[in-house]
Amino acid sequence: MIGRNSLYGPLDPAPDAGYAAPPPRKGFFTDTSVCIGCKACEVACKEWNDVPENLFEMLGTSYDNSHSLNANQWRHVAFIERPGTAPVPDRPAVDLGMPTVGAAPSDVPDEAKPDFQWLMSSDVCKHCTHAACLDVCPTGSLFRSEFGTVVVQDDICNGCGYCVAACPYGVIDRRQGPEGDPKVGIAQKCTLCYDRLTDNQRPACAQACPTESILYGDVEELRERANERVAALHEQGVMDARLYGNDPEDGVGGTGAFFLLLDEPEVYGLPPDPVVTTKDLPMMFKRAGMAGTAMLVGAALSFLRRPR
Amino acid sequence: MTEQAARTKRSLLPWPVLRQLADGDILGRGRSVRSRKTDEVEPRTATADRVARSVCPYCAVGCGQNVFVKDDKVVQIEGDPDSPVNRGRLCPKGSASKNLVTSELRQTTVKYRRPYGTEWEELDLHTAMDMVADRVVRTRRDSWQDFDEHDRKVRRTMGIASLGGATLDNEENYLIKKLFTAMGAIQIENQARI
Amino acid sequence: MAEAHPVGFQWVVEAKKRGARIIHVDPRFTRTSALAHQHVPIRVGSDIAFLGGIINYVLENELDFRDYVVNYTNAATIVSEDFQDTDDLDGLFSGFDPETRTYDPTSWQYASEDDGGEQHRSQASTSGDHVEHRDTAAGMQHESHGHTASAHPPRDETLQHPRCVFQVLKRHYARYTPEVVEQVCGVSPEDFLAVCRAWTENSGRERTTALVYSVGWTQHSVGVQYIRAGAILQLLLGNMGRPGGGIMALRGHASIQGSTDIPTLFNILPGYLPMPNAASHQTLTDWIDSVRNPGAKGFWANAGAYGVNLLKAYWGDAATPDNDFCFDYMPRITGDHGTYRTVLDMIDGKVKGYFLLGQNPAVGSAHGRAQRLGMANLDWLVVRDLFAIESATFWKDAPEIETGEIVTEECATEVFLFPAASHVEKEGTFTQTQRMLQWREKAVEPPGDATSELWFFYHLGRMVRERLADSSDERDRPVLDLAWDYPLHGDPEQVAAGWGEPSAEAVLKEINGFEVATGRPLSSFTEMKDDGSTLGGCWIYTGVYADGVNQAARRKSRHEQSPVAPEWGWAWPLNRRILYNRASADPEGRPWSERKAYVWWDPEKGEAGEWVGDDVPDFEKTKPPSYRAPEGSDGVAAIEGIDPFIMQGDGKGALYVPQGLVDGPMPTHYEPVESPFRNLLHGQQANPTRKEYRRADNPLNPVPEDGRPDVFPFVFTTSRLTEHHTAGGMSRYLEHLAELQPEMFVEVSPQLAAERGLEHMGWCHVITARSAIEGRVMVTERLRPLRVEGRTVHQVWMPYHWGQGGLVSGDSANDLFGISLDPNVLIQESKVGTCDVQPGRRPTGRALRDYVEGYATRSGAVDEVSTPIVTASSDAVRRSQEAQDEGKDQHAPHQVEDQ
Repeated sequence: MIGRNSLYGPLDPAPDAGYAAPPPRKGFFTDTSVCIGCKACEVACKEWNDVPENLFEMLGTSYDNSHSLNANQWRHVAFIERPGTAPVPDRPAVDLGMPTVGAAPSDVPDEAKPDFQWLMSSDVCKHCTHAACLDVCPTGSLFRSEFGTVVVQDDICNGCGYCVAACPYGVIDRRQGPEGDPKVGIAQKCTLCYDRLTDNQRPACAQACPTESILYGDVEELRERANERVAALHEQGVMDARLYGNDPEDGVGGTGAFFLLLDEPEVYGLPPDPVVTTKDLPMMFKRAGMAGTAMLVGAALSFLRRPR
Repeated sequence: MTEQAARTKRSLLPWPVLRQLADGDILGRGRSVRSRKTDEVEPRTATADRVARSVCPYCAVGCGQNVFVKDDKVVQIEGDPDSPVNRGRLCPKGSASKNLVTSELRQTTVKYRRPYGTEWEELDLHTAMDMVADRVVRTRRDSWQDFDEHDRKVRRTMGIASLGGATLDNEENYLIKKLFTAMGAIQIENQARI
Repeated sequence: MAEAHPVGFQWVVEAKKRGARIIHVDPRFTRTSALAHQHVPIRVGSDIAFLGGIINYVLENELDFRDYVVNYTNAATIVSEDFQDTDDLDGLFSGFDPETRTYDPTSWQYASEDDGGEQHRSQASTSGDHVEHRDTAAGMQHESHGHTASAHPPRDETLQHPRCVFQVLKRHYARYTPEVVEQVCGVSPEDFLAVCRAWTENSGRERTTALVYSVGWTQHSVGVQYIRAGAILQLLLGNMGRPGGGIMALRGHASIQGSTDIPTLFNILPGYLPMPNAASHQTLTDWIDSVRNPGAKGFWANAGAYGVNLLKAYWGDAATPDNDFCFDYMPRITGDHGTYRTVLDMIDGKVKGYFLLGQNPAVGSAHGRAQRLGMANLDWLVVRDLFAIESATFWKDAPEIETGEIVTEECATEVFLFPAASHVEKEGTFTQTQRMLQWREKAVEPPGDATSELWFFYHLGRMVRERLADSSDERDRPVLDLAWDYPLHGDPEQVAAGWGEPSAEAVLKEINGFEVATGRPLSSFTEMKDDGSTLGGCWIYTGVYADGVNQAARRKSRHEQSPVAPEWGWAWPLNRRILYNRASADPEGRPWSERKAYVWWDPEKGEAGEWVGDDVPDFEKTKPPSYRAPEGSDGVAAIEGIDPFIMQGDGKGALYVPQGLVDGPMPTHYEPVESPFRNLLHGQQANPTRKEYRRADNPLNPVPEDGRPDVFPFVFTTSRLTEHHTAGGMSRYLEHLAELQPEMFVEVSPQLAAERGLEHMGWCHVITARSAIEGRVMVTERLRPLRVEGRTVHQVWMPYHWGQGGLVSGDSANDLFGISLDPNVLIQESKVGTCDVQPGRRPTGRALRDYVEGYATRSGAVDEVSTPIVTASSDAVRRSQEAQDEGKDQHAPHQVEDQ
């Protein structure tokens, strides 16, 4: 059962995690082309999962005041204001102290104003096929569910933080506060509403999403829908449409939560080429094992050679 | 326990290593590391005592809401999937409805500020009702008008006004208008004028 | 729509996925624009010029849906030869009286058969005094009552008669060319024509277009005419009464529709019956006839029954035919008693007690300072809310505390803050924005001493009645005779102690109406009698309790019924989901197209044919399309088989409104009251009939004159953010919403930022003649300068959700607005004003008032003489007045100081 790909991971994670006949793998397909940035997902998630407030601070990054995914923010809607693809006349840029997220504002005369775009995207834990957080968790707090998702067990987590460093997306995080919250110090992230899934209910964010930007379902089926959606958008002339995280050949074996984006992943604050941080573990184990074996053999030989 | 549950729930073997081997979860990333709490998890929506069918209190779209109640406490509010208006969906405000009704900042007692007072005082509900009824009767009497300045019959008070109703129920607005009209108070308005 | 009604927007997104093209016309690029194919920025306050341009495009290119227009609208009706239009009178219509700034609409009337002029006056006569008409927002009644045209005015169905409505309309809008639209609205001809093409190409037999608006349209000095302009377009294109068409007001509060139907409003009673007026409603007959409009077509002919049933519901056994059903118990209105007039009266010490019921005017109403100064001058104030909102705490933390205008120790207002029950802690109905009532089940008991409004007002009424029980004063009879006996339920201990919860269902049954003798609930308002044998509190809601069943509580899953979902909740009237849906079929009663079939005539059904379809037909079920009214008929009998608009006086959709509007029979472009521009179209700058309160505490920014420095050069507007709700009382106190938009901010374009030295995320403040408020600067290309009348105009946008309370606090944008009102409905212009923007924080303390007053003085805002309201040429004013009816001496006295 321990094969070349075992730590790196299988492509259908649940059976490998000991589930004999698990239900089809579940996940999210977030279609950002219909996201209206309403943040219902952020709120519905917090209401259901009792996630406390994150920060009360205006950030100035367009309408995003949640900053990023963290222990108190399991859904995060990014807002990117950027000029469109139309050619921009050559004019000196004026530094207006705009945020660095997204494109800088242009000082373009009205008549030559390009199509302006306001991109919105709801980010979430990717529920990787090859989940480094899971690989490094020493306590078994993080586990692979029968739905193929990656979930923290609060009652087991000891707050060691290995998973925090391991996540290639910077999703998982230990809760810092507010004071008195029972889960301070515990690693926290999206569970894909594991409890709701056990009762055949949709995750809270997908249930709330007004425009079906967040779709929940069987990953296989969602991938098909995603491909169809991209094709449809291309047909409508939206050539920027592309999928992110749907490829089982990528560095994390594809994600359970994947996205349709309208620009490069970096524009949305997503790593362009994420790689499972435990990728090299099998090779390291193998080498360590070989070294260990050599040592044992050497030791044995030394016994054998010992003159009587 | 359903068959599916039997297959997914934690093995009963005591030692983690034994569990890993027996479950086929050799690397200990799935079935073998489930805690009892994980095995027993049930969503609040499934364990609720009852579900009240309600309507979102924010804008006028009229989204259906299901209000889940356990031990006489609201434990979840989410969109009603049966509703032809919202098909189970809610915006951030609708999604925050549980936050709204369970907020610790809600007022739960009558607060009273006496004339020239610098702080709130607490007031018993029935005492407060008595005080308001007294003031309504007094102000109505003191500001009563049988005729206007052109000698037209008006039988009213211009001393009492009211604003609000757009967030209230039809039945409530009905009683408000009925009572104020009978008392002769006519400056009765709500958000629809704003 | 995506910003303020995200869940409603799901249908737009779904349409887009199916190939619909989405165009968004908005001053600023919003979340709606983000999903639209095209965003058309427009100057705030120029919508009539824009819509007028589209009307002109339709008429010039003959793109109207002619079969629909000829048969279902008043396009063919001939207008009086006395009518003169704005083109001839420098922006005024005929009949203007400069002294009262009102119109006598006599010259606007339809021609009569012999054109003898007599009928003009009879048609116009019920409008009575025109000042009073404005002061009592009588247009609000007319909007629902229809105009009182004679049932059979002369028509020219070829639409060629020079005075037919179609030709009048065509001439009126001929000036609204794409070039004018560009000059006035700042919209390029390309963008404008794209909108014209999309709208017209998507209307007709096979397709329909829906028009959706919110308070971005209503909160203007010409708000009603904005919506009228939309209605004209939708009628010309045949989009009314048809599936996928219509005009939808996306309203902003859970039951704001309900609070208009069963109003807590000064000028109307349940079912849009008028509040009796001291001048014209001395008797029950006067009152009924003013609604019934003898001689006109339509269902208002039964107003006698509706009125009597309401009186009977109010005063029960005491209301008898012998005492005119206690009509005399009704208080009378005598003019403007709207919320703004009332607040100014508070400042003047005329109002002593004030109830605030889930409403936060300290933040949510225009001119916040006036609101707070008014509240600080009351004897007592009762606030009922979930949280300690600004309107409850003003005496200790209003901005005026800082400026010294309110001193806690000197403020005499006694304040009661009652905790209110939330929507899950009481049962009852909300009426949502499409007239649908939905019953809410009670989930839990309210916490602590929190109570419902039903509880509060029932017991308040009971206690007032107890206090007056021994009174022999005649003025107390209406209170003592009131039918105020509702069953109590809930906690048995409370019930036993007399403090139970009144039954909302019993109240709903009274609203629905029932037979007095048997208690049998009525199924339809057609069962209402005017003899006292039935009673019902709101005739348009009759049927919600038909068969003794709470129809509003119906929750049949959408999966188990048609897309119309007739068994989900209950819509007034009589569960009709689309009003005037007779118009979804052609004059012969056949669907206009298979694709758009909705309600049609089935000659095989019933005895001699019936209207059938997906919805409850909004027409008499067995009246065939071929029915023509007998000579001399009126009321329901006068409604012909081709008259879909059954509540209108002539059964036709009104392209031209001969009566009922204070400010003109057709929308015409006026500048906002505060504007940096001159009206390009005529000398009359802004709505000449608008309601203003000219007083020192309500200064308005003047339109800049030549040679005077323009101290308020920018245009500003406000709206909601998705993350907050109105004045913040239901959002700023919640962690999960407050954190999403934690601070007040001001959106400016990069160009304005450069011009004024504003730094992204730095502070800035916005100044008007009323106040200065501060916020963080949000520099964004979502706002862009526009070219208007040959110069650049900067628009500034702000959300208005903040106040000093809650988890997140900030200055309130509504403090910037003054009070000037639409003359038809007395709603304030709070979607457009002029301002200045400066970097840094505003002054504090007394210095703030000095700063604002300095601005006001420099602008000339304090000098009343410099801001005339009537700006049309004196010659035009004279000629308009000459067309006025000689019946001026009939006018009742009016309050001159209000003008």
